[in-house]
Amino acid sequence: MAESITSNLDLARLAVDAARRAGADAADAYLAAFDESEVTVRKGATDRVIEAGSHGMGLRVFVAGRTAVCSTTDLRPEALETLARDAVALARISEPDEFAGLPDPADLFRGRADTLQLFDEAVEGLSTDQMIELAVACEDAAFSSDSRITNSDGASMSKRSSEVVLANSAGFVGSYPATSVSLMVEVMADDVEGKKRNAYWYTSERSLHRLTDAAEVGRIAARRAVAQLGARKTGTTQAPVIFEPVMATSLLGHLAACANGAALYRRSTFLADRLGEQVASPIVTIIDDPSEPGRRGSRPFDGEGVGSRRTPLVEGGRFIAFLFDSYSGRQTGNRATGSAARGVEGGPSPSASNLSMLAGDTPTAEIVAGVTSGLYVTNLMGQGFNPTTGDYSRGAAGFWIENGKLAYPVTEVNISGRLDAMLANIDAVGDDHTWFGGVAAPTVRVREMTISGL
Amino acid sequence: MSDSTSEALGFFNDRYAIDPAVLSSLLGTALSRGGDFAELFFESATVNSIAWEDQRVRSANRNVTQGVGIRVVKGDAIGYAYTESLDIDAMRRAAGTASRIGRAAERPVPVNATPYIAGGNYYPVGEPLTYAPPADKVALLERADRAARAFDTSVSRVDASVADELKHVLVARSDGRFVGDIQPLIRINVGVLSERDGQRQTARTGGGGRFGMDYFERITPEEHAREAARQSVLQLEAVDAPAGTLPVVLAAGDSGVLLHEAVGHGLEADFNRKGTSNYSGRVGDGVASPLVTVVDDGTISGSRGSLNVDDEGNETTRNVLIEGGRLRGYLQDEISARHFGVTPTGSGRRENFKHYIMPRMTNTLMLPGESTKDEIIRSVDRGIYCVSYSGGQVNISNGDFVFSVTEAYMIENGKITAPVKNAMIIGNGPDAMTKVTRVGNDFELSDGRWMCGKDGQSVPVGVGMPTVLISGLTVGGTRVG
Repeated sequence: MAESITSNLDLARLAVDAARRAGADAADAYLAAFDESEVTVRKGATDRVIEAGSHGMGLRVFVAGRTAVCSTTDLRPEALETLARDAVALARISEPDEFAGLPDPADLFRGRADTLQLFDEAVEGLSTDQMIELAVACEDAAFSSDSRITNSDGASMSKRSSEVVLANSAGFVGSYPATSVSLMVEVMADDVEGKKRNAYWYTSERSLHRLTDAAEVGRIAARRAVAQLGARKTGTTQAPVIFEPVMATSLLGHLAACANGAALYRRSTFLADRLGEQVASPIVTIIDDPSEPGRRGSRPFDGEGVGSRRTPLVEGGRFIAFLFDSYSGRQTGNRATGSAARGVEGGPSPSASNLSMLAGDTPTAEIVAGVTSGLYVTNLMGQGFNPTTGDYSRGAAGFWIENGKLAYPVTEVNISGRLDAMLANIDAVGDDHTWFGGVAAPTVRVREMTISGL
Repeated sequence: MSDSTSEALGFFNDRYAIDPAVLSSLLGTALSRGGDFAELFFESATVNSIAWEDQRVRSANRNVTQGVGIRVVKGDAIGYAYTESLDIDAMRRAAGTASRIGRAAERPVPVNATPYIAGGNYYPVGEPLTYAPPADKVALLERADRAARAFDTSVSRVDASVADELKHVLVARSDGRFVGDIQPLIRINVGVLSERDGQRQTARTGGGGRFGMDYFERITPEEHAREAARQSVLQLEAVDAPAGTLPVVLAAGDSGVLLHEAVGHGLEADFNRKGTSNYSGRVGDGVASPLVTVVDDGTISGSRGSLNVDDEGNETTRNVLIEGGRLRGYLQDEISARHFGVTPTGSGRRENFKHYIMPRMTNTLMLPGESTKDEIIRSVDRGIYCVSYSGGQVNISNGDFVFSVTEAYMIENGKITAPVKNAMIIGNGPDAMTKVTRVGNDFELSDGRWMCGKDGQSVPVGVGMPTVLISGLTVGGTRVG
């Protein structure tokens, strides 16, 4: 972390006090400081090494119900005084907003910030040379596991040690240290007519011991690239679609974008009037939980200081909760759920943390075996999801299933439907629940979707 | 010395006492462990934004960042470091960190940084929007709100924002090149929600570029608002998209984003240096229909992707990438230019000082052909006409792409008919380029709203093209048959 004589906690408090002196009724300061390094190797040689330390502070002020948010990377005390004065002056162009303000004091985090296993000394202690070794091992394993792997876009390993600090004018002060570490590789094989079949794989965790073994990451990437050799388009049809776990997590992301308090007050979600309704198949349960120890999205408190808690979004198929920060909560008559995501720049907004679809009881092999003719999806492309209407349409690649078996690889097709219909049509949930960073899902089968191809 | 170099140097000198002696000394440190090449990239950016939600200003934001990114090249390896602190000790530490890629024993190297006269000025903005009174910017949002609501009774909510950025950059390199630039950028966004008979639709649009307040005299907030409202209301009446392979007519202007994704990325030289692009090793080959000429031009006045100098301090230029269907060359940064033994094309870009440099596009354009738009539409029995997009993605290694089309229409018997909702187009870039069967004479530059992402780094870009017919692409819809 950036060296400082004054602690980051003191700096955050100083900014809040300066905002009050400058005329703010209330204020909060979010400070993030981190040290990061990243190495990239390609074909066994070091391609790039990045090492740096960074810090910045965002200050949010409320002046008679008017809001402004200013940020700076200059954390000298005199610069923070200027920041506070600027923010208060800027707030005068906003309109008074009865819903603006700090969270309800009763919702603010109390307790110990260090119980979530967010910091791993082994990550902090990892040297550049060790990271290079792991990245080389990862790429090596990809090349040596299959001779059809002919090229690599490189393997990268990165780590970050950070401190997050939040202080507000209601007396809240909190901070927590956290680490993260990731390893990623992309390799490719040559198909007929020179077409390249590429695939990547990655692992990303807060602790070193949770990372997937480097060689295993390489082997998975190689397997996924080679499996696409000979891929072709299929015809246009309606058929069952199976999402492998890493692809199923994208469905959770779409759902979370709709179960979002800001989308609710903006009426830009198809779930706006459907709280309490059965929107998914009874075998679907989806939970957001920032309080789960050791996960990428875990945190003791959110970007406004609200304590983390588990929020089931969909339980047995019933849609039961939106995610709120304090503003969207007040706008819609709800309590904050501890879901305020925040960076140094800009204000807080509701967002999922660790999003998980619970495992079902169907073995993955049976999910595929139960399909006569359908698509098994291993890659999705594009942003073809409309949260306002729930309309879903994305480019896809994977395998065609014939008589319960993966028959041949498929590419350049599109799958479409409506998210509510897709969720309602989930007729199998696998027992292979897997985490990918801060999101987890099992294999999921949707009874029918439109597949566009030839 | 050009105006922008002296102005940028003056800016950093006033605030942080940066001068040629400091730059020379830091470059010396950066090369002290045997690096072949070093570069300092100073950046100071102020970004203002005002968020308008439901008839009032919800929040006013300002972000100020400054720092220096230091790069040292040794053979094919690159060492990077950056710091937000522009005091000499912090900068010296960062230079020392980056120098370690050299791996030799420490030995200071004398370097002489002398300000250099850079090329043109493609964004002569009198008064940057960043210095304009905030109340004037709020007035733009009020005008947009009123115009969108007046458009149709189904318009029930308007969210809008205006953002401006002013960047000062200074690049000093161990080969003596030393240039600066001042880069303004503005953008207005309007989002409209319309509701009718229990159906809700949203649409967003916007525009801008490297302009000041004068932009809004040419393209008013009302025009953006009415356009967003029109698209939103249109969606209420749209029919489901057809599914299957159909002829696709790409409208002039915004469709250039397809060109950017499907062709442009594959022509960035880093992918070709690594042999990971579908265009690797194909310079001189026919890669598109003879009707297709593609250029990347960083010198278009005021355009969102334009730059006087790139982030390595090289002048931008107009690069012909594909000419009459034949591949002419790639977009090069310093590293790839050395690899290929060619001149850099002014394409080295980075999101900011914290990020490394890659070859990137600026304004990517397809040049006009001979056909009129009417001729092109008339030539299609059954197909779709794609007008605007919310985004796309490409797999650079094999050229597969997808695009979400936010405004599209059926073409039936040579006529544009019903609006279509939620269409996707899916294809393969090189394949689609060989299927270009007509190119219009109606070239249009998209109004600046595109952001390009690569390796997690976002940079503003411009796109443009005429009306183009592609004889067959997969349309991802829900209507089968």
